Amino acid sequence: MSAYLPPGLPIPVPERNGLSAPYWEGLRQGVLKVQRNPRTGLYQWPPQWIAYDDQGFELDWVEVAPRGRIYSWTRVWHPVHPALEDACPYIVVVVELPHAGNVRMLGNLLGDPRQSVRIGADVEAVFEHHPDAEPPYSLAQWRVVHAS
Amino acid sequence: MSERSLRGRVAVAGVGETQYYRHGQAPEPEFVLCLKAILAACADAGLDPTDIDGFASYSNDRNDPPTLATALGVKELRFSNMQWGGGGGGGAGAVANAAAAVATGLADCVVVYRALAQGQFGRFGQGPRAPTLSGDLALTVPYGQMSPAQWYAPKVTRFMHEHDVGQAALRAIALASYHHAQSNPRAVMYGRPLTEAAYDASRWITEPFHLYDCCQENDGAAALIVVSAARARDLKQTPAYVLAAAIGAGFRVHSTPAGFATPDLASSHFQTLAPRLYAMAGVGPADVDVVQCYENFTGGVLMSLVEHGFFAPDEAMDFLTLENLIAPCGKLPLNTSGGNLAECYMHGLELQIEAVRQLRGQSTAQVPDVNVSLAAAGPMVTPVSTVLFGSEATL
Repeated sequence: MSAYLPPGLPIPVPERNGLSAPYWEGLRQGVLKVQRNPRTGLYQWPPQWIAYDDQGFELDWVEVAPRGRIYSWTRVWHPVHPALEDACPYIVVVVELPHAGNVRMLGNLLGDPRQSVRIGADVEAVFEHHPDAEPPYSLAQWRVVHAS
Repeated sequence: MSERSLRGRVAVAGVGETQYYRHGQAPEPEFVLCLKAILAACADAGLDPTDIDGFASYSNDRNDPPTLATALGVKELRFSNMQWGGGGGGGAGAVANAAAAVATGLADCVVVYRALAQGQFGRFGQGPRAPTLSGDLALTVPYGQMSPAQWYAPKVTRFMHEHDVGQAALRAIALASYHHAQSNPRAVMYGRPLTEAAYDASRWITEPFHLYDCCQENDGAAALIVVSAARARDLKQTPAYVLAAAIGAGFRVHSTPAGFATPDLASSHFQTLAPRLYAMAGVGPADVDVVQCYENFTGGVLMSLVEHGFFAPDEAMDFLTLENLIAPCGKLPLNTSGGNLAECYMHGLELQIEAVRQLRGQSTAQVPDVNVSLAAAGPMVTPVSTVLFGSEATL
């Protein structure tokens, strides 16, 4: 697929200390990963060094099903970056993952940027790869799953 | 009164500001603006600026206390304080820190200040230009979510969804600020009234925020002086006593870029703070005569007013009407100087000053017989903060 937003935005890279590297590596392989506390099963997002429930430092990276539901959203009409001058409107969604402790992620809602957005709608991730970027990276975008 | 309380111990004795400018239009360096605001606050109080012995600010203000103290000829520096985190959410927190310093004897005369000349440094409402990003920013910026309006909009959207709040509630908040600015010659939007039709016709910035739901960006500086209650009584102005102050946020409220992950997304984050505030003050929401509530965006004011107990979420559409929000006779006069939207975005310090002026009877949109005056800083960031000021009669 082509990218939802035009090129020229800052490229996401893992921190020098590598905290979120498994997430970004996962996206490049088309897999959605979050942190989980192996002692309690707590899902945690965004990445952190310590589990907030038992303050243990050992956290697993686990693959989670790339689906969720829209928890909230905004439609952006006013660009605040030169790369987005001709890209408005575009939709940003906050997606909740019920099967992963209701952690939330953020992405764009694919499709018509003027579509009506329904909070609670089921969505699935679409991995948006940027192999020619320097360095290459991938994003997790979302699209509405229509009941079949 | 518990010994561990600020109630009645300290007061704001002086307030001052420079002329307020549109961003980029200040004719002087930011540091000079800062000095002039401090001198204005000292003159208002009738204090010698060299008697200042403490400085408190927030949001990483660029004008540091040692430089200010040496420039002003301060005799002795005793308190050098920065409220950490939360940007403009620290506005009341800086007053709280100054009050705590005076109440506990760390310092005697603390100036709370904020100076912003965005034209000389850079604006808040622009996205990052770095070629790469890491950490929480990497989770939002590549998706085009990179300005405060964009970060906070989903919080408000969710709240409006949960409580069936319509755009008219946000509009009433914007109209109230612009209404009050028309009687305030300091206001950048003085002489520029806003109508319902103009609000409705204004462009979206990011839904649910129209242009007029968003604060200005400005140049200028503001300051206020905190001293002991006893000393304030001997100075020029009617003291605005600190009845209470509180700083904070609830469980796992993430800093702005990762705000999407905050469990209680649909919040301005005053829920845990408000009960502490009222308990220290010994008053409740019904006792509050006038409210200054930080408008980064109107939707944050909506949630802040709910969380300070002025109405229930489901009453928002009935409560938030222009008639209810304007001085002198509205049910809850709000942002009576014009606030961040229409007086000046002095990062909310102008709201603290206006809360003091209401208690002194010096507002340009004066509410009659003010005894309890609230000024909230923040919303939707972490930590947020609020101060309750009271008259002599409340002590």
